[in-house]
Amino acid sequence: MDSIVSLITQPLVLELLITLVKIGFILGLTIGFFAPMLAWVERKQSAIMQDRVGANRAGVFGITVIGLLHSLADAIKLIFKEDFIPRGAERGLHTLAPVIAIIPSLVVFAVIPFGGQYTLWGHEVNLVIADLDVGLLYVFAIGSLATYGVVIAGWSSNNNWSLLGGLRASAQMFSYEVTMGLTVIGLVMFYQSLSLVDIVAKQENFWHWGIIWHFPAFVLFLGCAVAENKRVPFDAPEAEAELVAGYFTEYSGMKFVMFWTAEFLEMVSISGMCVALFLGGHHIPFVTQKFLLTAFGDLLGQDIGAVVVMLIGVGVFITKLVILLVLQMTIRWTMPRFRYDQIMKLGWKMILPLSLCWIFLVGVGILTGVMPRP
Amino acid sequence: MREEDKERGYDFHKASHTETMTINMGPSHPATHGTVKFFLTLDGETIEDIDVEIGYLHRAFEKECEAQKWNGVFPYTDRLDYTASVLNNVGYAMAAEKLIGIEVPERCKYLRTMISEMARMSGHYTNVGAGALELGALTAFIYFIEARELLWDLIESICGARLTHNYVRIGGLTNDLPDGFRENVKRVFAKNRKLWDDFDIMLTKNRIFLDRMRDTGGISQKDAIAWGFTGPCLRAAGVPYDVRRAQPYLMYDRMNFDIPVGSTGDNFDRYLVRMEEIKQSMSIVEQCLEQMPEGPINVDDARWRMPSKDDSSTKMEPLIFHFKQIIEGQSIPAGEAYQAVEGANGELGFYLVSNGGGKPWKCRVRPPSFALTSALPLLVKGSMLADLIPTFDMINLIGGECDR
Amino acid sequence: MSEEKNSGQGGVSDVMARAKAVLGPMGVLIHTHCQHGDDTLVVQAEDILKVMEFLREDKSLRFDMMMDLTAVDYLGAEEMHPYLKPMKARFEVVYHLYSIEKNHRIRVKVPLTEESPFVDSITGIWVGADWFEREAWDLYGVVFRGHPNLKRILLYEEFEGHPLRKDYGKMKRQPLIGPVN
Repeated sequence: MDSIVSLITQPLVLELLITLVKIGFILGLTIGFFAPMLAWVERKQSAIMQDRVGANRAGVFGITVIGLLHSLADAIKLIFKEDFIPRGAERGLHTLAPVIAIIPSLVVFAVIPFGGQYTLWGHEVNLVIADLDVGLLYVFAIGSLATYGVVIAGWSSNNNWSLLGGLRASAQMFSYEVTMGLTVIGLVMFYQSLSLVDIVAKQENFWHWGIIWHFPAFVLFLGCAVAENKRVPFDAPEAEAELVAGYFTEYSGMKFVMFWTAEFLEMVSISGMCVALFLGGHHIPFVTQKFLLTAFGDLLGQDIGAVVVMLIGVGVFITKLVILLVLQMTIRWTMPRFRYDQIMKLGWKMILPLSLCWIFLVGVGILTGVMPRP
Repeated sequence: MREEDKERGYDFHKASHTETMTINMGPSHPATHGTVKFFLTLDGETIEDIDVEIGYLHRAFEKECEAQKWNGVFPYTDRLDYTASVLNNVGYAMAAEKLIGIEVPERCKYLRTMISEMARMSGHYTNVGAGALELGALTAFIYFIEARELLWDLIESICGARLTHNYVRIGGLTNDLPDGFRENVKRVFAKNRKLWDDFDIMLTKNRIFLDRMRDTGGISQKDAIAWGFTGPCLRAAGVPYDVRRAQPYLMYDRMNFDIPVGSTGDNFDRYLVRMEEIKQSMSIVEQCLEQMPEGPINVDDARWRMPSKDDSSTKMEPLIFHFKQIIEGQSIPAGEAYQAVEGANGELGFYLVSNGGGKPWKCRVRPPSFALTSALPLLVKGSMLADLIPTFDMINLIGGECDR
Repeated sequence: MSEEKNSGQGGVSDVMARAKAVLGPMGVLIHTHCQHGDDTLVVQAEDILKVMEFLREDKSLRFDMMMDLTAVDYLGAEEMHPYLKPMKARFEVVYHLYSIEKNHRIRVKVPLTEESPFVDSITGIWVGADWFEREAWDLYGVVFRGHPNLKRILLYEEFEGHPLRKDYGKMKRQPLIGPVN
């Protein structure tokens, strides 16, 4: 017993344990909570918008929990579905593609801070899995890998519709990768950091939030984010009425679920980015972390107070995330879809020049002192 | 540029090592819902060539009609344009009545006018809603489906069926209006107008929708006429031809309604024309209810109408008539007649030939969407694959009607 | 040329008068009638293009739209029209024309014999006749000479026979489907 305690209290092991807990939390939050919940929210929200009842059938002994069990039922159904690989498909790549699609959207979470830094029982706890100096670059580098999953899926299925979907996806995702990168350049100039932890820390004061100073960039970024996730109105790669289901036409069972989960996870991760960059991460407007720590520290003691503040921070982060997710879903249930060439035009001829303009304006603003850097 | 290249003997495809892709779109494809197959030749996303193959819903309508008694044809006509089935009933009944040379009572005419317009609304709701759906706007689609459901509740209260109404008979109708119908119409139309407004707000000025619909699938006035376009698609091209106005039948000469006309003939104009027609149809239904006189709904001639159920089960003569009509059919005098009505998709013509027997010798229906679909290659060649979807929707191929 | 009086309505419509005035002397009309107010011209198969071109181009007729094209099989009912028996005709191709400009209609019919069910295609005059002619070929076996793409449209290529002919039994089975269920 003593040996275990002494092992745990080893600084290195403790560090490792804390990281594992954080990874577990993030995985649980995204795969275990957000993916099924989003599926449910998507159904329920669309039902409310469309004057319908929505999912309310699946239940255990008549208990339906307002349709919440549908996600469970879906999961059970899909796990037991036949995993079908069409004849002539490139078997290896066909199996690999959904994995390539889902991994980047999970790995991106490593650098997104879902809380601040806290001192608990003498240990520094930083609520981010990896505090990289080049966090933003990491996000874009990993994010662009997701494109491969989609393209490989489209190509390896040996189906013309899939191929067209893969083509559309590759063109669209690469284009919006570029534009999305450019929309945040202004922020990097403003906060003078590529680390998401730094950027969040600098937004402690509400008047330094990204959305206050970079509202145009926020709008452009959100547009790019929706396009990057291939959701309506940018869902040309999987346009149901045109390409059957686009690049995942030939997928079934768990592989289909992986694509489907990847879409939700991308939504969550990009919304997380958005919260970190523009909406002040875990910060509450007009309330500093210091104030909270002192207030709760006085009330509950230093360490317990810090835990409470940490939980509040995570709660605030998730709340902001959910608001962004609901916004994206509202867009999804309101808009028709773009045509493929219109998407490209919007990306290259509208959003790209606008984001370049914004970079220029931010530069001018910083140089002239109109935009005081935090 | 390409023409010049050709003259120089330079083949772009060869030089860039690309080739066209042939692909089957349908019959099992979400956009063609089992009713049609497009054989596409694609250059990237551009449609180089398209071959339209129909007939997947062919169920020998004419052959079947020739084996049925005159009144037995009605259920088959229901299944032509099943989104607006009463219109087909009315067209067929009017053609048969023209062949006989009888005129139905005024109340019957009003009722037929009214239910025709309800059917038109239902057809347009389905078409415009499905068009929105296939562009990805599911919510708008559900709004119109809700409106259609409410409308079907009304129709159901009249004739007991929601989709295939089988409401009209030669020389009359099966039922009169139920009690409380007017109040129901008022309630349903108020809700329908609200749903129409919601739909309008969501799509008509939506930039994405506009970009998808405008300048796609356009056709000139001249071409539209040459290809035999009728109905909303012809009117969208700027030709104000509407059978209801050009050759008024039933009570349309007493109705006050506008005929919306487009200018460019593209998908957006087709959409706008249909949207406006829904409103006009609502107003026609209300006018019908206002003007409708009391009176009989069947002709006062035992040869041409089914005796009522009460009579045929209690009296001798009606029983005999009923028996003879069911077993032998009505002996419609020999001859031929063509009667056109304005269907939801355009001119719906019935050409009947009778040899004096109890069955039609020939029962031809002129399906409006048949002519419209035949022009599809003209509308989409050279445009993008994605443009095929709104064009095909606004053409409104109804498999039941086109393939018969 | 024979003529049947209008049933019910007295007088001859302007369309009919004009058509008869021009087509009559050309000797292409077999018969005319106006049953139930539908003006009808019956013409020889070989003259169909001439007649159609006239109907479309004539200033006072202007039939710019081909509304409908179908065929009728009069097997065993040839007495229904007086001209069918003498011509030994079995089929009739029926055209319904409409003029948007003048708002009037006309029906043109072409009797055809069983041995030579040939008629010239009118796709050169109205492009929209394309599918209608294919349908008439498909269901009645009427051959439209000069049609750019005369193949089956509603039925499949392997279908044998033409199902709307009166001698095609309603319950007849096709070889691809097999004799009985």
